[in-house]
Amino acid sequence: MLEVGIRHSFGDFSLDADFTAPSGVTALFGRSGSGKTTIINAVAGLLTPDEGRIVWQDTVMLDTSRAINLRPHRRRIGYIFQEGRLFPHLSVRQNLGYGARFAPKSAARESMGRIVEMLAIGDLLDRRPGALSGGEKQRVAIGRALLSAPELVLADEPLAALDEERKAEILPYFERLRDEISVPILYVSHSASEVARLATTVVALEAGRVVGQGTAAEVLGDPAILPVGAREAGAVLTAHVKAHHPDGLTELEAGGIALFLPTVNAAPGSRLRIRIAAHDVMLSRKRPEGLSALNILHGTVHSVRPGDGPGALVALDTPAGRVLARITRRSAQTLELSSGVTAHAIVKTVSVAASDVGAAGVA
Amino acid sequence: MDWLGPEEWKAVALSLKVSFWATLFSLPLGVFVAYALARWTFPGKHILNGLVHLPLILPPVVTGYLLLLTFGTRGPVGGVLAEYGIVFAFRWSGAALAAAIMAFPLMVRAIRLSIEAVDPKLEQASSTLGAPPIWVFATVTLPMALPGIIAGAILAFAKAMGEFGATITFVSNIPGQTRTIPSAIYAFLQVPGGEASAMKLVIVSVVVAMGALLLSEVIGRRVAARVGGR
Repeated sequence: MLEVGIRHSFGDFSLDADFTAPSGVTALFGRSGSGKTTIINAVAGLLTPDEGRIVWQDTVMLDTSRAINLRPHRRRIGYIFQEGRLFPHLSVRQNLGYGARFAPKSAARESMGRIVEMLAIGDLLDRRPGALSGGEKQRVAIGRALLSAPELVLADEPLAALDEERKAEILPYFERLRDEISVPILYVSHSASEVARLATTVVALEAGRVVGQGTAAEVLGDPAILPVGAREAGAVLTAHVKAHHPDGLTELEAGGIALFLPTVNAAPGSRLRIRIAAHDVMLSRKRPEGLSALNILHGTVHSVRPGDGPGALVALDTPAGRVLARITRRSAQTLELSSGVTAHAIVKTVSVAASDVGAAGVA
Repeated sequence: MDWLGPEEWKAVALSLKVSFWATLFSLPLGVFVAYALARWTFPGKHILNGLVHLPLILPPVVTGYLLLLTFGTRGPVGGVLAEYGIVFAFRWSGAALAAAIMAFPLMVRAIRLSIEAVDPKLEQASSTLGAPPIWVFATVTLPMALPGIIAGAILAFAKAMGEFGATITFVSNIPGQTRTIPSAIYAFLQVPGGEASAMKLVIVSVVVAMGALLLSEVIGRRVAARVGGR
């Protein structure tokens, strides 16, 4: 478990954040300028906050009140930077092996072969970083961090510098990391879909303050916590793959409700996380009939949160889980939506993007 | 090389020896000072920077005279060193010391620029991978700054080959001891019929200087390609 408490100010910005990160992927989630990178750099030891205490398991990495501040190289972390930061004068193989020589002999370490295989970088080993594509560089950077035998992996927006295709290429590797490697990961992101797919725990940040902490479904489904704004809101459901149909649809099951998505590349029986963007959800008080949409989830309204503009965010508790719907305030009034009333959420099959569907790992 | 007479040959060999040792001994200090100026903030940084550059601006004769005052056998440093049998004044080692000090600013400038060009983010990455500071320097900063370090060393060597004013003031112009190429050219020009010998040494100077520049180009380019990650 990682315990973090940091107070730091520079210019107009002040950071005052306390949270704990259990095992698995803990996402620091918020828009740019919310203090995510400051926190992760403080955990890495690259930045010394004005005041703070950072404890990893039994190791006190930082305690300003006791003048303890471990240098970065003593913190046993693996840092995956946004820009990769591979050593340009070393080959991929040398980059991967760089950290291993500094790790204590007794440290539990991943084998080079396994990591190379997992990240599919076997063909790149003799190349230099200058000859790699953006996605390849980032895969090597992930491998380099893992092979330094870290006790904790930090990732600062590792996909932000990549285009959508490269993101889709790298995200599954992070899912495998979460599911196959026991090392906990602190993952900084401003992307709701990345967080929805990866995070075991989400710490939501706004203007240097922690505004929410919990599971991805809890935090992303809470209309009161919108670290990146209502436009990005969307709840996370966990579902099982039931069957692939010949008409190009995959049937899933969540809490007894059947969901249909465009073909998902996952075997029947596997668990998936699906992020359903709030602006893709319609609401109806009565069960709609004669509708083209295939996914209809019944539930009880948990809360209605009016936005600053014409919109409102409605949280609906369904057997499949919490669903968020972004509708107009006018509709919310007309439908007399308020806490406790029943409603149906309608999700068009084709509106669920492939990038919003990912492996959920083991429960 | 019959083309050079024994006198001239002696001067060339001495110049090469003096420049070689001057460069070799000042290089580690040059890298250290350049690193300190490029990466650290400390009180007196401007003073250190000024001291390093002083030989570039002072008249060489002044530098030579200050060296004589300091490192002469009766000088504050020279006197102490003399007790341990280390004498600089009027020896070839003194010529090397003078050459090293005169070439030092050029060396430090080239190396400092190349160290400043190394992205500190790579050094951070190295430290997060567990590398202690000295290893960060040895495995990231130093190899990446290598083109500049080589250029600085060759520049310093060429400068040492041509050093005259400080050398002749500090260690005089003793054949076989402190008569380097420039001193020899000067001496040949003082005697009737010495022009031919002087001209030969002028040619040697030009060839060595050009060779040094070309070499630094070639090495620099190779290392830069390697460091550039291609």
